Amino acid sequence: MLALYVPRASPVHRTPAGWKLLALAGLSVLVFAVPTLPVSGGAVAAVLLLGLAVAQLPAGVLLRQARAVLWWLVGLFVLHAVLTDVLTGTLTVLRLLALVLAAAVVTATTRVTEMVAVIERICRPLEWVGVRPARIGLVIAMALRFIPLIAERADRIREAQAARGGLPRGLRGLATTVVPLLVQVLQMAHTTAEALDARGADDEPLPRRRRRDR
Amino acid sequence: MKTKDLVYIALFAAITAVLGLVPAIQVGPVPITAQTLGVMLAGAILGARRGFLSQLLFLVLVAIGLPLLASGHGGLAAFTGPSAGYLISWPIAAFVVGLLTERFWGRYNLAWGILANVVGGILVIYAIGVPVLAAIANLSPEAAIVSGALPFLIGDGIKAVLAAAIAVQVRRSYPVIETPQRAVALR
Repeated sequence: MLALYVPRASPVHRTPAGWKLLALAGLSVLVFAVPTLPVSGGAVAAVLLLGLAVAQLPAGVLLRQARAVLWWLVGLFVLHAVLTDVLTGTLTVLRLLALVLAAAVVTATTRVTEMVAVIERICRPLEWVGVRPARIGLVIAMALRFIPLIAERADRIREAQAARGGLPRGLRGLATTVVPLLVQVLQMAHTTAEALDARGADDEPLPRRRRRDR
Repeated sequence: MKTKDLVYIALFAAITAVLGLVPAIQVGPVPITAQTLGVMLAGAILGARRGFLSQLLFLVLVAIGLPLLASGHGGLAAFTGPSAGYLISWPIAAFVVGLLTERFWGRYNLAWGILANVVGGILVIYAIGVPVLAAIANLSPEAAIVSGALPFLIGDGIKAVLAAAIAVQVRRSYPVIETPQRAVALR
């Protein structure tokens, strides 16, 4: 699976993932709390400098992320220019652009495994309500394995249907593929759960006191 | 929570991801991505709790930098754009769909399914997505509704019916939500 990470040897890449996420949260608070042109414009410039010059990301990486919201931004600008004024439009667009680019920089400079580690750390307090952080990593790994598997099963079902005389098109086609697909993958989930249990996945963790002794 | 529940959660997070690969269906001017179908299916097949967790897991997968949203988008940028509210509403939508589905489970059919999917999968998503859009994009409530709700209504309606039809058939052949004891006694 292709992640959005771009490997480089830069200070931005070396910064711990938790710090980068905090910085992103800080930036979003800043641009919304101080809605002025210098702040929003400065944020866009700073993020571009950080992403392109310091982290040495190819411009295409940031461009691809920005393109996802480009038409939104253009439409938004026009809407504001007509309904309110050009200044509000520019401000809104710059603010959104700064956040989207900053988030893209964080994503492109942080490995998926680092992000998973941060999430497990954030979830550690949840241990008190019965969530086991170690299981989060397991569930993420399972979901990633299931994605290509489901796509493959869907292809196989469509091939089988085509071999038996034509594919129903459109919405009907989607429904006739999805129902057998869901039943198949639900059965697969059942087998996976049994396999995991057989390998001890359902073991309750040791009681707290015991664990401290270890 | 049993191992099986964990696997179901992972499975439906993956299903929403795979639905992002389905080419967008062109009905009218706005293309429909199939991913909210995954949200409705998660609630309608897994129920409230597991449905919620599965879509939360999907968002975690997107946030850690995987390109799982329709047309290969993803990463934290998705949560800062104008559609952030819609994304964040997905787990809650799956929860509400699941809650209603569980309530209707003894007599679940196409009509009850559609009702659950419309309330959870359309109303809840708009109720969270539109105000967030208005706040982020600096829009008036009316403008936000016109640009962020109306164009998707028809597509979302079709998905609600489709998800209900699928859920009815899956319930018949491989039910995951357990039949409540009371309903069994009444039968």
